[in-house]
Amino acid sequence: MYKSWVLIAVALLCAGVAAADEEGGIALRHADTDINNSESLQRGARNFMNYCSGCHSLKYLRYNRMAEDLKIPESELAGNLMFTTDKPFETINSAMPKDSESWFGKQPPDLSLMARARGVDYLFSYLTGFYVDKTRPWGVNNLYLPSTAMPHVLQYQQGLQKPVFKNEPDAAGARMVLDGVESMTPGAMKTEEYDQFVRDIVNFLDYAGEPVKAKRQSMGVFVTLFLLMFFAFAYLLKKEYWKDVH
Amino acid sequence: MAGERLLGWIDQRFPLTSLWKEHLAEYYAPKNFNFWYYFGALALLILVNQLVTGIFLTMNYKPSSAEAFSSIEYIMRDVNWGWLIRYLHSTGASAFFIVVYLHMFRALLYGSHRKPRELVWIFGCLIFLLLMAEGFMGYVLPWGNMSYWGAQVIVSLFGSLPVVGASLVEWIRGDYYIADATLNRFFALHVAALPLALIFLVIAHIMALHEVGSNNPDGIDIKKYKDANGHPLDGIPFHPYYTVKDLVGVAGFLLLFCAVIFFAPTFGGLFLEAPNFEPANALQTPPHIAPVWYFTPFYAMLRAVPSFAGTQVWGVLVMGASIVVLFFVPWLDRSPVNSIRYRGPIYKIMLTIFVLSFIALAVCGVKPPSGIYPTLAKVCTVLYFAFFLLMPWYTKFDSVKPVPERVTGHV
Amino acid sequence: MSDQVDHSRRRLLTAATVGTGAIGVAFAAVPFLSSWQPSARAKALGAPVEVDASKLEAGQMLKVVWRGQAVFVVRRVKGSIEQLGNHDAMLADPASDDSVQPDYIKSSGAARARNPEYWVGLAVCTHLGCSPLGAFEANNSFQVAGADLGANWPGGFYCPCHGSKYDLSGRVFKSMPAPKNLTVPPYAFADSARIMIGVDDAPKV
Repeated sequence: MYKSWVLIAVALLCAGVAAADEEGGIALRHADTDINNSESLQRGARNFMNYCSGCHSLKYLRYNRMAEDLKIPESELAGNLMFTTDKPFETINSAMPKDSESWFGKQPPDLSLMARARGVDYLFSYLTGFYVDKTRPWGVNNLYLPSTAMPHVLQYQQGLQKPVFKNEPDAAGARMVLDGVESMTPGAMKTEEYDQFVRDIVNFLDYAGEPVKAKRQSMGVFVTLFLLMFFAFAYLLKKEYWKDVH
Repeated sequence: MAGERLLGWIDQRFPLTSLWKEHLAEYYAPKNFNFWYYFGALALLILVNQLVTGIFLTMNYKPSSAEAFSSIEYIMRDVNWGWLIRYLHSTGASAFFIVVYLHMFRALLYGSHRKPRELVWIFGCLIFLLLMAEGFMGYVLPWGNMSYWGAQVIVSLFGSLPVVGASLVEWIRGDYYIADATLNRFFALHVAALPLALIFLVIAHIMALHEVGSNNPDGIDIKKYKDANGHPLDGIPFHPYYTVKDLVGVAGFLLLFCAVIFFAPTFGGLFLEAPNFEPANALQTPPHIAPVWYFTPFYAMLRAVPSFAGTQVWGVLVMGASIVVLFFVPWLDRSPVNSIRYRGPIYKIMLTIFVLSFIALAVCGVKPPSGIYPTLAKVCTVLYFAFFLLMPWYTKFDSVKPVPERVTGHV
Repeated sequence: MSDQVDHSRRRLLTAATVGTGAIGVAFAAVPFLSSWQPSARAKALGAPVEVDASKLEAGQMLKVVWRGQAVFVVRRVKGSIEQLGNHDAMLADPASDDSVQPDYIKSSGAARARNPEYWVGLAVCTHLGCSPLGAFEANNSFQVAGADLGANWPGGFYCPCHGSKYDLSGRVFKSMPAPKNLTVPPYAFADSARIMIGVDDAPKV
């Protein structure tokens, strides 16, 4: 019995450890978001509506659902968050016309599921990872998505960063490799302020990816407690009946 | 009493009481079942879960390439409790394979596949095969980018078959690429044809088992010693003893199952893969394609075999053989004893190596083919087959311990 | 087998386990059953409909779709509004006691309207769900093809399927196949002639 458990535990551990370690490249920054922090979510929603929704839609999220989950009052919703429609039950569309492909080389993607597809750390890193690169159409490149088609929309807030290179010896001698970024021109916000500003957006996108996430987790606690009770009764019942078996 | 009269009325027309007795109240199972004997009942529970949640998902899912992806998000967001029904189904798929793998491992531990239970084993292997088909087609339905490219890769496998390959692939797809027609037929098979076949096979599996009686951790026949009533001395009626015991197993299972559903439904990208939250894109392959975890051991074997003589059919054949070989296990095993308890060290070592290489193959299949993984996959593929193909020899020469006449101990 | 089986303990534990299990199954059934309720999308599509009735001439009607059902908006002529209370004896449910409508409609009496000039009601016959036709002219018995509305027709609706007749407030006449008056959905006036169908209170603009 115990041998079996140990065996399974070891097997799962092997699989888990093997699945955990991940790829090379520049390490992602840790987003440190909290889906239960509704103030952060509210700020994130406002930031998203003001700075992102011009180009990016959230086509699977409805305004009224968002207002309910994030505890945003109806007046606030209609007055400050709804720019493209006056119907709160509609999903969040962007103001971008369909032919915007010619502006950026590609259609700005819908962000409903971006946090689920790429992870919050990636989004956080991406939004803090723009650096000056004169060779790019918008004059900026990104540490985490080389040759990104997106301009640095938050340049005013963040300021500009310049790339940092390091020497990496290889067979052909030494090579300059991109290693990180450092501040070049300060923006309207301090670094920590900007990080928090982006963190709120990312937190909101995490919510938008799975609006039921917070509710799901809190329900899970009750389900677990209930099943523990069921387990206890079933176990006692089994013990009682198996007194017969010698 | 009215209840008894009703039962009598039914029994004259339908064998209700006799079915109850035959399969539950008077089905005598060995009294020494241990932990490993939970997984059959659990597999049945998951089958029911998949059927019920599947039916409810079908009510809102749209099997068309234009609408499939957004209909899943519709279920996840707009349908009342749709997210829970969907997570029950997606987590159920992974749980099904975990439970079935453990159930099969149990057979290898205690020789449950051996005479006279060869047909039980063969029905089981067929269930496993259908389950893989069911899992694969179900994975395509959300029409995420991983669904799309997974389908592309797996369907392309058939293209490597000589002569018929190209036209076979076209026939499976019903188009020149993975398209609406492909999705639609996979949907039909996933929700109607394969579940029907699965249910039929599960019934056959249980009927075959109840015909010959259950094996046990000692691998001995309990029907040798019977009491005055003709019941096996080492047997106990399935109901109530194993129904109450399985209830404990069910409760334990549900605790783990619900923990995954409520706290980690994607299970770190293993049960629901991150690239599948992007809609299918015929122009862009995900950075690295890995099938869902339960296929990865077989996928790793496919990748481990290099192209040879201008064709990659060998990898496909090896992958096919890795499943076909399972059907022959009852005849490959030549040991005079059934249970690992009375086998010698060679079988124990071989089984351990087999399990470790199976897990290693699963890891290799998840990983991109670089670093140590290609080599590891090759070695483990050889070890996987060695376990089966060398079985006739090592089981014959392996030492054995004396087998008891009666079952030993119970928990 | 043991001789001393504690049957009461067994019964108690069986009841506890089965009871907990039954509660669990009942809880598990809730998501499945409530998944049949209208989804957020259905609710969005079923949101209130706004009708601008200002362009409607007296004696005319328009039909709008709300939640997949046709809704009549009729602008009644002054003369017929005054006549509404005069034929209660011919009606099956003159006070709308057995019919379906919001309280503020029932309390409005014979007019069955928030504003007597405009009548709003579902275009769904309470018999078997056909859509009635408008036959608003009083004392004109042949304004609907193939039906004789009777000599003293006060104006109203006529259902072509089984011949049910309603007055201009959607109240059914006696001895008709239809059992109840036409249903009035919740609605409200956003201003003098803008009607929001589907809400009891018009949002402040």
